[in-house]
Amino acid sequence: MATTHTHTNIDVHHHDDHEHEHHEGNFWTTYIFSQDHKVIAKQFLITGMFWALFGGLLSVIFRLQLGFPDMSLEWLRPMLGGWITPEGKLDPEFYLALVTMHGTIMVFFVLTAGLSGTFSNFLIPLQIGARDMASGFMNMLSYWFFFLSSVVMMSSFFLETGPAGGGWTVYPPLSALPQAIQGSGLGMTLWLVAMALFIVSTLLGGINYITTVINMRTRGMSFTRMPLTIWAFFFTAIIGLLSFPVLFAAALLLIFDRSFGTSFFLSDIYIGGEALTNVGGSPILFQHLFWFLGHPEVYIVLLPALGITSEIIATNSRKPIFGYKAMIGSMLFIAILSFIVWAHHMFVTGMNPFLGSIFMLLTLIIAVPSAVKIFNYVTTLWKGNIRFTSAMLFSIGLVSFFLTGGITGIFLGNSAIDIQLHDTYFVVAHFHLVMGSASFFGMLAGIYHWFPKMFGRMMNEKLGYIHFWLSFVGVYMVFFPMHYIGIAGFPRRYYSFTNFETFSGFTDLNTLVSIAAVFTLTAQLIFLFNFFYSIFRGKLASANPWKSTTLEWTTPRLPGHGNWPGEIPAVYRWPYDYSKPGAKDDYIPQTVPYSETPESNLPHENEMIKLETSGGHGAIVVEGEKH
Amino acid sequence: MNVELKDLRIVEEAKRPLSMNPKKFALWLFMMSVIMLFGAWTSAYLVKRADAGWAEIVLPDMFWINTGIVLLSSVTMIVAYFAARRDKIKWLKFSLAATMILGISFLVGQYYAYVEMVSLKEHFTGSNVSHSFLWILPAVHGLHIVSGLIFLVVVLISAFRFRIHSKNMNQLEMCATYWHFLGGLWLYLFVFLLLNP
Repeated sequence: MATTHTHTNIDVHHHDDHEHEHHEGNFWTTYIFSQDHKVIAKQFLITGMFWALFGGLLSVIFRLQLGFPDMSLEWLRPMLGGWITPEGKLDPEFYLALVTMHGTIMVFFVLTAGLSGTFSNFLIPLQIGARDMASGFMNMLSYWFFFLSSVVMMSSFFLETGPAGGGWTVYPPLSALPQAIQGSGLGMTLWLVAMALFIVSTLLGGINYITTVINMRTRGMSFTRMPLTIWAFFFTAIIGLLSFPVLFAAALLLIFDRSFGTSFFLSDIYIGGEALTNVGGSPILFQHLFWFLGHPEVYIVLLPALGITSEIIATNSRKPIFGYKAMIGSMLFIAILSFIVWAHHMFVTGMNPFLGSIFMLLTLIIAVPSAVKIFNYVTTLWKGNIRFTSAMLFSIGLVSFFLTGGITGIFLGNSAIDIQLHDTYFVVAHFHLVMGSASFFGMLAGIYHWFPKMFGRMMNEKLGYIHFWLSFVGVYMVFFPMHYIGIAGFPRRYYSFTNFETFSGFTDLNTLVSIAAVFTLTAQLIFLFNFFYSIFRGKLASANPWKSTTLEWTTPRLPGHGNWPGEIPAVYRWPYDYSKPGAKDDYIPQTVPYSETPESNLPHENEMIKLETSGGHGAIVVEGEKH
Repeated sequence: MNVELKDLRIVEEAKRPLSMNPKKFALWLFMMSVIMLFGAWTSAYLVKRADAGWAEIVLPDMFWINTGIVLLSSVTMIVAYFAARRDKIKWLKFSLAATMILGISFLVGQYYAYVEMVSLKEHFTGSNVSHSFLWILPAVHGLHIVSGLIFLVVVLISAFRFRIHSKNMNQLEMCATYWHFLGGLWLYLFVFLLLNP
């Protein structure tokens, strides 16, 4: 043990020296092929924002079809060309492609890469006190694999047969047979290639995040002194590391089925009255493999947002987070449970009902740690000295969505009720609230909160409020009515409901949802303006504008390569010392030792000073004589 | 008051958290994801095998020889490791090169295993799914062996430039860990296929 210890010390110092040599670089190494975690985070952020806008636009196009089935979409012809039929309608197969690509883009490119990629990269080194990620090179590769994946995915929009159209879950046989729909042609191939690249990017990133959190923490940063954001990113990376390879395995088998004539997922298929040669495969097998990733993926999307929210709510309530260890425990529990509930996506695939009950039980248990988290958010807010910053508003919005969306999860997790509700708009409403909107709000909250550290300027708070209220109301207007459409039994992914009088019952509600969707997307333009305007013209930020305790706020206004100009600060306390009784300010940064705050120390904290005195560790240091 | 604070500050020092070499740690994480990858394929194999219409596979005899080669290459890798620890650079170069040759001959052996499979009428496509699995598992393992061989080349070059010795073992240790892991992975696949034909 002792040897390893010394070795790492030497290594770290060597690393430090190395960093100092590389202060200057040209445009390409500084902004494009940068290995600095902050620049890479911004690259992820900008790419993620681009995809969010793009994915949002796709959803508005198919919402126009659903809400206004008689509307002429002739005006979209300059952009969509042949995808608008001669009658001025949306091509039904392109509708499927839109739905597929909206899901893929939002789940993977925005809420996985855009969220984890941005905030794990930006915050992990800054909040644990490291100069950079464990491997800057791998980190750079992670972004560029994501970029490559984005390019491949985007290029599928320029194919004559269009992008993938088999749904974001790409179930075979639909996705495996090019003769099934146009979207299962070259578009599907590009989808699989893009996802393979994406998985490589996620794994490179995730390995880096975990390694950095475990091995690169500064002096004093024990696990129980880590901010909850870091805990969340840490769990997220572990979940990703364990689940994405499984998707890779499934995707590879699907590639073989599609392009090499194997039949892992195909059997007994007749097209045009003729049997295909594929025999012996099982499409259910793909669903098992897919959802073994797919369900953990939900938490890959959600956990970072929850971590960000914990941090922002504690900071802006000026109170310690309620139940710090319960928060960690519940995230750990959620992470473990996420791997053993996947079959609740498959209740109606003909699985053994007894197995269904087991998966139902495990699924419903997730309500416990989720409720713990919501309870802790509310109790943190309770009697807090609340500051309603934009970030705080979005965090509270997240808690609201997490609750409303989570409750419907209890219904969907029941294998009996699922017979009625599966594949209806009820499911769509559920996951858009609990995973989509909640995570999206977490991401926005994070941007508002850490914008001063990213760009050294403040975002406009007034525009932030307007953005919040329009988005918050808009999201509920979109997804609340959708529950009713779903309970009535309307299936998702259908092109049209107005062909038969019997099924036209909810046309008015669908119109409302579509109007709300356009409204919500438009509201995001306020954010885009605020974001880009503030980068250049925003008010200059101070080093610690939110009076926060964590390490990133001890860096200069615009932290350079290596984050801290001098020595990396040491950490002496947990990150949530807000409004501590007796303290001078209503926050005590993590870098302040207990010995400097005798007025606010609790008895056991005074003990800790003595403990460290006798503990030694060969490091009784006299001030000013370090090294 | 102020003086008191100063006094206290002298003796307080934050502990440095436990940590290991980040690169080694990252390698272990990578191996975790490879385990999940092969775990997915082999569990898919088990699920499929439980279905009706599974044709039992016959393993090519070459697999036995190849398993022997893999085991031998792990032995030469261990020899290389101890040679480096004792600064016997000649032995290090020799045993690393031997590991490499064994690794390449493993791949050649796998090729002959495929030839044998074809003669057993076990084809990648057109026959039973079990045969497709039998083709895929050694193939994806072989790809990992290629990555291990690339790593070996890098280490071998370092060895020839006298960069690997008892005071600089990191690279060799990582390469050895990965190589043993790949050997273990093959053993797992082989035993798995033997037990679940």
